[in-house]
Amino acid sequence: MAYSDKVIEHYENPRNVGTFTKDEGDDIGTGLVGAPACGDVMRLQIKVKDGRIEDAKFKTFGCGSAIASSSLATEMIKGMTLDQAAQIKNTVIVQELNLPPVKIHCSVLAEDAIKAAIEDYKKKHAK
Amino acid sequence: MKLPIFMDNHSTTQVDPRVLETMLPYFTEQYGNAASRNHVFGWTAEAAVEHARTQVGALIGGDGKEIVWTSGATESNNLAIKGAASFYKKQGNHIITVETEHKSVLDTCKRLQREGCEVTYLKPGKDGIVTPEMVTEAMTPKTVVVSVMLANNEIGVVQDVNAIGAAIKAKNPKTLFHIDGVQGAGKVPFDVEAAKADLVSLSAHKIYGPKGIGALWVRRKPRIRIDPLIDGGGHERGMRSGTLPVPMIVGFGKAAELAREEREAEGIRLGALRDRLYRSISSRLPEVYVNGSLEHRLPGNLNISFAFVEGESLLMALKDVAVSSGSACTSASLEPSYVLRALGAGDELAHSSIRFGIGRFNTQEEIDYVAELVVTSVERLRQLSPLWEMHQEGIDINSIQWTPH
Repeated sequence: MAYSDKVIEHYENPRNVGTFTKDEGDDIGTGLVGAPACGDVMRLQIKVKDGRIEDAKFKTFGCGSAIASSSLATEMIKGMTLDQAAQIKNTVIVQELNLPPVKIHCSVLAEDAIKAAIEDYKKKHAK
Repeated sequence: MKLPIFMDNHSTTQVDPRVLETMLPYFTEQYGNAASRNHVFGWTAEAAVEHARTQVGALIGGDGKEIVWTSGATESNNLAIKGAASFYKKQGNHIITVETEHKSVLDTCKRLQREGCEVTYLKPGKDGIVTPEMVTEAMTPKTVVVSVMLANNEIGVVQDVNAIGAAIKAKNPKTLFHIDGVQGAGKVPFDVEAAKADLVSLSAHKIYGPKGIGALWVRRKPRIRIDPLIDGGGHERGMRSGTLPVPMIVGFGKAAELAREEREAEGIRLGALRDRLYRSISSRLPEVYVNGSLEHRLPGNLNISFAFVEGESLLMALKDVAVSSGSACTSASLEPSYVLRALGAGDELAHSSIRFGIGRFNTQEEIDYVAELVVTSVERLRQLSPLWEMHQEGIDINSIQWTPH
């Protein structure tokens, strides 16, 4: 199977790789989705200021399309409000990266990762 | 050194130029039908086919007359198991095979199960090895055929078929022993008499011959019978009808002759290259695991898992190197390698596996290039991996509540 140029580009130059340090505290929301036994795990983190995603980081264990999907996701959500980010659908990622049917689950996982990170942030700020 | 590098010699091999040379005249000059009995074109073709039978038979210590030409390994495995199960059905309906066998054996057995046969799938040890005891314990008075491969196509593990054959025949001389010799013949010592084999599957393109030609060796003394899958002109003593592809057969014969003559020296050379590749990688990378026994193994095979790195993403980094992975993402089924799962290695490691198949035309320069590329790529991908980060922090990956999807 050949990869699209965009997948290769993100795979070779992934954006926003990394981890927010623990002392960055309450402003951070973390989403950890997938399972090692299934061959992909994504961890996506958001740093929120005044209801907007100021910064995002990710690390992914998975195939090239999974890495590209999460890289693209961090790029997309930066600057968005939490509500806007929560609206992102996997189909946008599929289109943008030109993913074949067998790789659609990678985009679904990226959508789940965004939602999980937002949820985690909201849980921390529930009070 | 030329890129890309082919290091996937279990999937197929380059046709050896010496093999190609012997084939060429049979396309354009000696193009007769080997079954034509009344002119010189037919006689020449027939003589070439008979010579190739001797060459292929000799590779496994058998007689040329015992060779039945087929289209390849898949057909040979189908013919051996279905043919024997059908012919000897009055003797019983039980078949024994192993979970790590090739799909052409496993799916053949599954079909026979649907048609009323009983099949026992043996689980090998963690090292991929099947012991004679495992086989004999599963045998019943109704066991018609036991099918065990000589060498595995993914992990390269070589079975002690001599001990298994002896154990089968000691328990019941009537039970047939089929060996899928496709990956092992011509690579490791193998002799049909020493293994007490009755049926042996072979393929040309795994030993530097052409694709599209294989053989089933069928013992004549005592005579083993099988029902054919393909009926027609009664070629191959009625076991496999169809016009013989003479150029391919000639090529198979030459490939077998070269494999017999050069196996020992080639095995030593490939074993050294494999060990060099493994040492070079494992001395520089932690958390690298060999899948299957390293000791009982094809000299050119290395199957390793790079923990915390997904196999397909690694293949993507090795884009100038042709290797394969047991990762689900590389297969249509989205299931990781059933061979690695049968070893009980855990799905994570199956997803992280890469198979290197070193062959006749690989050089030490290529090995060093691949080792360097693997090390830098794994290091890069581990920097991207949340699992690697957790591992570094001392978090046990298995202690986390994952959500399988």
